[in-house]
Amino acid sequence: MAESHTIKHHPALKHHFDTMEQQREAGTIGMWVFLLTEIMFFGGLFLAYIIYRAKYPAGFEAASNTLDVYLGGFNTVVLILSSLTMAMSVYCAQTGKQKMLIVYLVLTLILGSVFLGVKAVEYEHKFEHHLFPAVGFYDWTHEPGHDPQLADQARIFLWLYFAMTGLHALHMVVGAGMLLVLIYFAWRGKYSPEYHAPIELGGLYWHFVDIVWIFLFPLLYLLGFHLGGH
Amino acid sequence: MSQEHIVSVRVYVLIFLALMVLTAATVITAKYDLTVIWGPLNAIVALTIAVIKATLVVLYFMHVRYSSKLTQVVVFSGVLWLIIMVAFTMMDYLTRHGWPEPNL
Repeated sequence: MAESHTIKHHPALKHHFDTMEQQREAGTIGMWVFLLTEIMFFGGLFLAYIIYRAKYPAGFEAASNTLDVYLGGFNTVVLILSSLTMAMSVYCAQTGKQKMLIVYLVLTLILGSVFLGVKAVEYEHKFEHHLFPAVGFYDWTHEPGHDPQLADQARIFLWLYFAMTGLHALHMVVGAGMLLVLIYFAWRGKYSPEYHAPIELGGLYWHFVDIVWIFLFPLLYLLGFHLGGH
Repeated sequence: MSQEHIVSVRVYVLIFLALMVLTAATVITAKYDLTVIWGPLNAIVALTIAVIKATLVVLYFMHVRYSSKLTQVVVFSGVLWLIIMVAFTMMDYLTRHGWPEPNL
């Protein structure tokens, strides 16, 4: 009878779960449900983009050409590489490689910071050229060669550009904060092959942010590339 | 309840390389004016490549290929709802006679 009180289980197992597997499964589904709300949230912006692009193709192509394809492409490579290092940190957590887990988490954080740095440079260029769509600031004809007739259409594109990449960058900042917490607890030796749910779920979040960018890059940067973008 | 599946380093690196090749492909194809063949062709090629890349990330980096059926249904339902939102909205917009002009 006393047996039932002495069953050993992992200290991270919460009392409302029977097994670690069940706890992990519940966590994974919970994280995915959160990510689905994020998909619908970004989906609204993608929908706005689709509607206005269908309506104003000329202005969208012209405004897309003000973006730097090479900076955007560089950031795409950086972000996909950071997804690889994040996946590797999950692997290290699963196989009990404590030191390499910290190395890969730090690498992911560094790559995420590089992405945000490049983004900041891009935003600065847009402000320099008066392409930030604010009242009294936005000036499409500030640049020579811009068709004044497309000013209002291009403005819609630039508004969507700042809204979508801004929200994406905000998710990156949240992800960087999350990585700092994960690095701290990994350094304290909290994660093991038996318990590493925070690494796994943090990975899901990081990869989701990567997927958003996988769609943002062609839709925003490559749209007018065939018309002689730079 | 299945035991956790550990994806090998080799699979992760292969998926990363595939994503790099697809990124190069999307930039190269965007450089060419495919609209002379068919109006929306540039957009279709770019979106097809993006969907393939996203699918690779979801299946391998996010382990959905190795997850339980329940997790897979949850993920698929989210994609389905996104398609419903976009498709039904565009059915409305694309069948209207002229949208209101912007008054900015």
